Amino acid sequence: MLKRFRQSSRHALIFLLWLVSTPLQAALDIEIFGGGATQIPIAIVPFADEEKLKQSVTAVVAADLQRSGLFRLVDSSGPALRDPRQIVYPDWKNRGAAALVIGSTVILPDGRVEVGFHLMDVAKQVQLIDHIVIVPADRLRAAAHQIADIIYERLTGDVGVFSTRIAYVVKQGNKYALQVADADGFNAQSIIEYSEPIISPAWSPDGTQIAYVSFENKKPVVYVQTLATRARKAVANFKGSNSAPAWSPDGKKLAVVLSLQGGSQIFLVNADGSGLQRLSQSSGIDTEPNFSPDGQSIIFTSDRGGSPQIYRMPVTGAASGTAERLTFEGSYNVSPQHSRDGKSFVFIHRTGTRFNVAVQDLATRQVQLLTDSRFDESPSPAPNDRMILYATEVKGRGILAVVSSDGKTRQELSMQAGDVREPAWGPLPRVR
Amino acid sequence: MKKVISVLLIGLLSACASQTTQPTAVEERPAAQAAAPAAAADPNLNPILTDPNNILSKRSVYYDYDSFVVKNEYRPLVQAHAQYLRDNAGARVLLQGNTDERGSREYNLALGQKRADSVKNAMTLSGAKDSQIEAVSLGEEKPRATGHDEASWAENRRTDIRYQGE
Repeated sequence: MLKRFRQSSRHALIFLLWLVSTPLQAALDIEIFGGGATQIPIAIVPFADEEKLKQSVTAVVAADLQRSGLFRLVDSSGPALRDPRQIVYPDWKNRGAAALVIGSTVILPDGRVEVGFHLMDVAKQVQLIDHIVIVPADRLRAAAHQIADIIYERLTGDVGVFSTRIAYVVKQGNKYALQVADADGFNAQSIIEYSEPIISPAWSPDGTQIAYVSFENKKPVVYVQTLATRARKAVANFKGSNSAPAWSPDGKKLAVVLSLQGGSQIFLVNADGSGLQRLSQSSGIDTEPNFSPDGQSIIFTSDRGGSPQIYRMPVTGAASGTAERLTFEGSYNVSPQHSRDGKSFVFIHRTGTRFNVAVQDLATRQVQLLTDSRFDESPSPAPNDRMILYATEVKGRGILAVVSSDGKTRQELSMQAGDVREPAWGPLPRVR
Repeated sequence: MKKVISVLLIGLLSACASQTTQPTAVEERPAAQAAAPAAAADPNLNPILTDPNNILSKRSVYYDYDSFVVKNEYRPLVQAHAQYLRDNAGARVLLQGNTDERGSREYNLALGQKRADSVKNAMTLSGAKDSQIEAVSLGEEKPRATGHDEASWAENRRTDIRYQGE
């Protein structure tokens, strides 16, 4: 395992990941700032015999838990422990660990790898989890994410999102690629590559398709692409501009923005491009639609009041004036995305010349700013609402970042090259 | 210190980059000069449209910050193109609205649409047919000037007129 920790006086932690083991595809450096006071101190002892594998499992588990902002890694140096009976609890208590993970790996005769681990409660000296994962040798990172999810769920009571995927757009020179990667940025794969811009990727609710906007034909056109087959179809290619696709929760329809009938207005189409139906009714801009998780309403950005603000209308559509305005603070509130529990929405709020990620509670209307950088865009909540993925800029270069839902922990994920933007966090895997 | 570590990391990554993911330097092109959309060698394109001595060779309308109004100085240009469309019923134009880079990409796409629509409206008022014109937006996605300053932003607050075949 090649893992390095550095800590500054302000407790900023820089976590460099496996430079030697997986430097080629992945290449993210992750910076973690802050961290809540309630972090769980956890020791993860490198699994027995994992040095024989091409990929360290414990390094990935540790990085996942650390990135969540809910865990603090405790020194776990010492010999590997295969069996809970080998554990000397006072030693781990002295190191400050509340939870302890031990395990071992075995390469099976057919080449697959068996990873077994135990999660222990140090104070109570009891076993919380005893679990075995068997994977092909090239799926060790997936096994590690699965193990991290199991540990996370047992210790926080929340759903883990380490096995999910993210989509985003990378611009390198004049090339644009829509990529899908693991939630930690590794295993990036290009879905499409063009010499013209791509924006607004949106995952279908079942995670099998991505809708996006491509400018390959001198104007914006909305496509839906199936990840497994790479087959794609233009679902909105009307006269004028076609953009801002958003899936209905049942995956059967898309809200899109068209200039077909003047202005920029929100329409519904079936996922195969049929059955066009106009939803919003204003004379100006209605864009960036996003369905509520119950599928009953759509929040969107509109300039009908003179400045861009966020509104809500029933999914049956709204005559002019009947949409309800939701944001009132400031003169620029855009890019709304419901939380997955439907109780709040994240958006971009401008303060002076800064564009930041904010969250507003739908019931109380209370607003909280989550970031303080300069140019944040495209917030996308994790499937468990604990983190928000967004695009930001460092020295003129676009990168992705994640902020915890309380704003206390912030991480920057940066690809090794190119401008990264337009992130979208995918859904939970269907089969856990 | 963070910076030092990041640089170190990038260096290491570059050192062991594979063929599949060649790192390239962050793009820092000088602002492209106001090249009109390349007039591809379409023999059907009327040469008058690219004659530098003719106002029809001018293809860009610029806007003030946060504005969609076609300024008086661009009225003759827009009217000349409208008249050309009126006189050439078979001619078709694509109007591409553009914005600067500040703010939401999708909202900027809608703002650019307002700019293209403003030129379309001026053209139809001057006699061009609706069916001859398609107004679309490129938002902030195709900046002509790639700087991050007011001069670049002003260059990018623009509608371009492209004839079919260009």
